[in-house]
Amino acid sequence: MMAMQQIETPQTGSPKNVQPLLRITGLTTEFRLEGGRRLQAVQDVDLDIGAGEILGLVGESGSGKSVFAQSILRLVQPPGQVVAGAIAFEGRSVMDMSARELSRWRGRDVGMIFQQPQSCLNPVRRIGWQVAEPLLLQEKLSRKAAWAGAVDLLRAVGIPAPEEKVLAYPHQLSGGQAQRVMIAIALALKPKLLIADEPTTALDVTIQAQILELLRESCRMLGTSLLLVTHDLGVVARLADRVAVMYAGRIVEEGPVETMLTAPAHPYTQGLIGAAPQLGQARGVRLKDIPGTIPDLSRLGAGCAFAPRCDARAGQNLESCTLSQPLPVSIRPRHRALCFAAKASSAVSPCEISP
Amino acid sequence: MLQYVARRLLLLIPVVIGILLVTFLMKALIPTDAVTAIYSGTLSEKDAAEAIATLRAKYHLDLPWYQQFYIYVRDLMSGDFGESIRLRKPVMDELGYRYVNTIILTLAALAIALVVGLTTGILAAVKRNSWLDVTATTIGLFGISMPAFFFGLLLILVFAVWLRWLPVVPRGTMALLLPAVALGLIEAAPISQVARTSMIDVLGRDYIQAARARGASEFALVVRHALPNALIVVLTLVGLQIGNLLGGAFIIEAIFGWHGIGELAVNAIEWRDFTLTQAIILISAATYLVVNLVADILYAWLDPRVELNS
Repeated sequence: MMAMQQIETPQTGSPKNVQPLLRITGLTTEFRLEGGRRLQAVQDVDLDIGAGEILGLVGESGSGKSVFAQSILRLVQPPGQVVAGAIAFEGRSVMDMSARELSRWRGRDVGMIFQQPQSCLNPVRRIGWQVAEPLLLQEKLSRKAAWAGAVDLLRAVGIPAPEEKVLAYPHQLSGGQAQRVMIAIALALKPKLLIADEPTTALDVTIQAQILELLRESCRMLGTSLLLVTHDLGVVARLADRVAVMYAGRIVEEGPVETMLTAPAHPYTQGLIGAAPQLGQARGVRLKDIPGTIPDLSRLGAGCAFAPRCDARAGQNLESCTLSQPLPVSIRPRHRALCFAAKASSAVSPCEISP
Repeated sequence: MLQYVARRLLLLIPVVIGILLVTFLMKALIPTDAVTAIYSGTLSEKDAAEAIATLRAKYHLDLPWYQQFYIYVRDLMSGDFGESIRLRKPVMDELGYRYVNTIILTLAALAIALVVGLTTGILAAVKRNSWLDVTATTIGLFGISMPAFFFGLLLILVFAVWLRWLPVVPRGTMALLLPAVALGLIEAAPISQVARTSMIDVLGRDYIQAARARGASEFALVVRHALPNALIVVLTLVGLQIGNLLGGAFIIEAIFGWHGIGELAVNAIEWRDFTLTQAIILISAATYLVVNLVADILYAWLDPRVELNS
């Protein structure tokens, strides 16, 4: 049923028996709503990120990918809470870190950039102050050294005239410049992992390419792993080594970018790719959309959350879809899908799937 | 910044002229004239008429109003605020030290209001919905609903009459304690509420989450990142409140026997002492102007988004 072209590329991800940089198992994040209802924005997510790897996390708005990104850094604020799961960073348990350890870890080992760069910069503090802050607080540099460091960092992310820009306030920057500043702050202490939550969504199309290029180059140079959260498959195709697709709080499919984009196994991924415009596509051809909308996460049934919108279920008349959660199916090495309809395309031992 | 200050000062000129006109015209609007008020009933008809005529001439009450206004402004320019009709001495002799007293009381009250208001407001915001928050908010409601003079009387009743920790009419620095606490605590209530609201607002902003993501401790988040933003809102309120403090001081001073311009104003009005009343109103209005100017300059300094050159 699927093209069997197994593209063998050098694997950038972690080899099987080496511990990944970040290992997430069974992560579940819950929000308490008014009236006692609970909403699980992230459900039982397993995900590894290897050293130096770029992992694209794709999903529609409301699929839970931002909450997932924030859960990794334990940034979710009440009424939200990580209620289950383990996060291991280089073998250390993030969930067990004290407030102090957490601060240190966030400051040194991981960085995060967000969708709205301008609202992520403190409006009453100078740019230089904000870029110098990690150097000042984490590295304990002197004020002068930290300020000089800020100028260097701004230069490194391509801000023109950094000696002047350190004195500017956030409202004096364009969106693209603000995102460059955010990248400078996030990479100030050469973290091992950078989480970018829709880093180019709020930017001009012309700026998007520049920022993505900057992200890729910076991460490659520092050997930093990148978790790139986006709804844009084009961004993923350009940058990512591996892709994970999120739907209704679960990772429904995960695999190397080449096979994911050419031979997706999950009906939702197939729908996403079908709905994306292709370069060189004839004009006037209608894009295929996925019928229906994302379900209300507080009112999910027992079965697969995608079942009501699923073509495969309708076609094959699978009863189990609405009755129980599908288990991960290994499609091929390092490629798995959460679907009753998906079939392994080659004989692969299932031990590749989950830790 | 200097340019901004200069422009604000220039803008004050028409306001000052307005204040001068109003204080001057007040005299005309009040039904009795000062001299008549002083002499009515104390002298025989004939003697009174003569004395009144002399005094009217002395205070230029016989001239047309615009000439009176000219003399009024000219004298003010040379620092002459006139002579108190009742006290028979230059107004400034009395007003000077009393003004200093009022400023001392206002500043002491402001310090109490800021320390108490900001601390409780920020703590309530950080520990939202805790018992501390609920307690602070409840007490704050009382503070907002209660006039300062009533609270002052309560303090006297509790600490001077019942507990006898303080004399009813204390002297020296002790005399400052109760009126400053009464005024300060009442004004702390709105500061606390505004500090809490704006702090809660700021703590929910993206830049706080971004700072948290890069390793700022919760303490650093509150003090280094959120507070400067929250203070902008609080400052706007405090600028307005200093007016309240001055107004509140008028009544509080009378209750506590604090010799400031407030107490003097109450007396001056009772005495129908127009020159004194005018001078008090003038100096209060000038203080209010200066305070607002300082608040605006601080505002521009705290918030870089305020465009100074537009």
